[in-house]
Amino acid sequence: MEGRILPLFVAAPLAGAFLVPLLSKLWSRFSDIIANITTALLLGISIYSWLILNAGGMPLHYWVGGWRIIGIAMWFDALTALIIFIINTVAFCVTIYSIRYLDRYTSGRWKFFTLLLLLIAGLNGLAISGDLFNMFVFIEISSIASYALVAFGTEEEEVEAAFKYMVLGEVGGAILLFGIALIYARASTLNLAHLSQVLAGMGRTPFYWFVIGTLLIGFAIKMGMEPFHAWLADAHFSAPAPISAMLSGVFIKVTGVYAMCRLMFNVFGVSRAETPAFFNLLIAFGAVSMVLGGLLAYTQTDYKRLLAYSSISQIGYILVALGIGNFWGIAGALFHILAHALGKGTLFLASGAVERQTGTRNLEELKGLEGSMPATTWSHTLAAFSMAGIPPFAGFFSKLFIIIGAITAKMYWLAFLAALFSAVTLGYLTKVVNLAFFARKDEPRTGAKEAPALMVLATMLLVVLALLTGLGFKGVLGNLVGPAAKVLLNGLEYARLVLGG
Amino acid sequence: MIPYIACVLLFLIGLFVVISKRNLIKIVIGFSLIEYAVNLFFALVGFKRGALAPIITTPEQVRMGVARNFVDPVPQALVLTAIVIGLSTTALMLSLALRLYEKYKTFDISEIRRLKG
Repeated sequence: MEGRILPLFVAAPLAGAFLVPLLSKLWSRFSDIIANITTALLLGISIYSWLILNAGGMPLHYWVGGWRIIGIAMWFDALTALIIFIINTVAFCVTIYSIRYLDRYTSGRWKFFTLLLLLIAGLNGLAISGDLFNMFVFIEISSIASYALVAFGTEEEEVEAAFKYMVLGEVGGAILLFGIALIYARASTLNLAHLSQVLAGMGRTPFYWFVIGTLLIGFAIKMGMEPFHAWLADAHFSAPAPISAMLSGVFIKVTGVYAMCRLMFNVFGVSRAETPAFFNLLIAFGAVSMVLGGLLAYTQTDYKRLLAYSSISQIGYILVALGIGNFWGIAGALFHILAHALGKGTLFLASGAVERQTGTRNLEELKGLEGSMPATTWSHTLAAFSMAGIPPFAGFFSKLFIIIGAITAKMYWLAFLAALFSAVTLGYLTKVVNLAFFARKDEPRTGAKEAPALMVLATMLLVVLALLTGLGFKGVLGNLVGPAAKVLLNGLEYARLVLGG
Repeated sequence: MIPYIACVLLFLIGLFVVISKRNLIKIVIGFSLIEYAVNLFFALVGFKRGALAPIITTPEQVRMGVARNFVDPVPQALVLTAIVIGLSTTALMLSLALRLYEKYKTFDISEIRRLKG
């Protein structure tokens, strides 16, 4: 089905990013208004496209300029729908939150929103792109915006983290480009669907594995997998809280996990039955990330650094689930991407609210905020429950699916490890909740006021969504996550749909 | 074959510079080397010895099958895009390096460690 609406996913945030610096010269509040209208519009068209997709049953496509496979393809199937929905939901909450959060910075409100909109444009473009080189360009657009946003505060630590992140991230980008050049050298095409047919005809040669390895290194850097996790902890720690929420909730998943899945499953046609080596590799690195990230999170005393290490651990979960490779594993991975975006988004936004109101993020200095910041406290606590996998939140079902997947694939030790690290997650998040929010009666409390209404609203919106996703897990699995998992499992079916449609 | 090996060598030299040098500016230079290596590799992919420039001016040329003896123009277009991306990343990286110098009064990365890592 022709989807004339698809270019809007990129055009709308780019237009917003263009208008923000222009109109904010007239009145500085224009930047808030334009950014919020843009993200609200994006959320609207994501839901609208998803409705069209569900009504028609066929993926939407758009050939830029009508050049078909030699031009730029845009493609919106069930997997794209899920990723687009995650990006734009978190982006919507983050822009609402940023309106008041940015009060702590003396200037540069318009710079923040311009960069944020560019980040969103890059992520949306990556999600709908059906063209290999375009994927690279959009990855770079969102990455460059994220480097600048990490350094937004321009204090020592922020610039240092941004520089280190940027060097590693750009080396990753160069490796990705090298992988793309290798693919082009053999296949002479860039359209993903056409490419998958050409690659299927070449067989599993050493060249095939070399390209997969090259691309995996690039994506591993982008997603912050062990042993490339160093940038992630520093960058999430130093970025402004709404950007930490975007980076952790969306960026590492879309530029790392989504782009990798799309290429590996739909283009290279990997499957558990035919290429077990690839899946075992994912399980190995995923398990290491899960264990190391979880243990490192335990030892942290800084609120945001703890959450950053937790993100590494959760990326490990997603990789392990993908590595299991059956329906429940992949559905669990995608469900976990959704649950983690909502849960970790809430946690980072809550951490920003705490830092803004109390002036510190050190868990040893924070005490008993429950009395003074009840809304933030409860959003945080409920999101922590979701992350730790307590029913009926979204995080419970994602971990349940992963464990079901591991058991049906007869990987009992993996099911055990996943359950164990669910408890570890609960442990370190309870540590935050206990130290920062709930104090014993005789202990002194940190004096602070509740965060501004808009910040609380954005935080609560995300946690309510996490709760609703958990309560309505059947509907979410049946309509959003399940079809997306089938897109990955059906692998090369993708090419037939694109070229036939 | 030799140009391809030279590309890989250039890439490895760049990677070595990024990893081993302590000066921020040298790290940026190392990153640029990596980027040039990849761009050069990509441009080489489309190269054909003795082929023509991919410019078609008359319909007769297509009928005569000139298109079969062209250098592949797609990698050149892609490399141009990659160069533009590289320009913006180098500019941002250098400006971050300057900001770091203002804050820490040094270009030595081993002295810039406020973050525990």
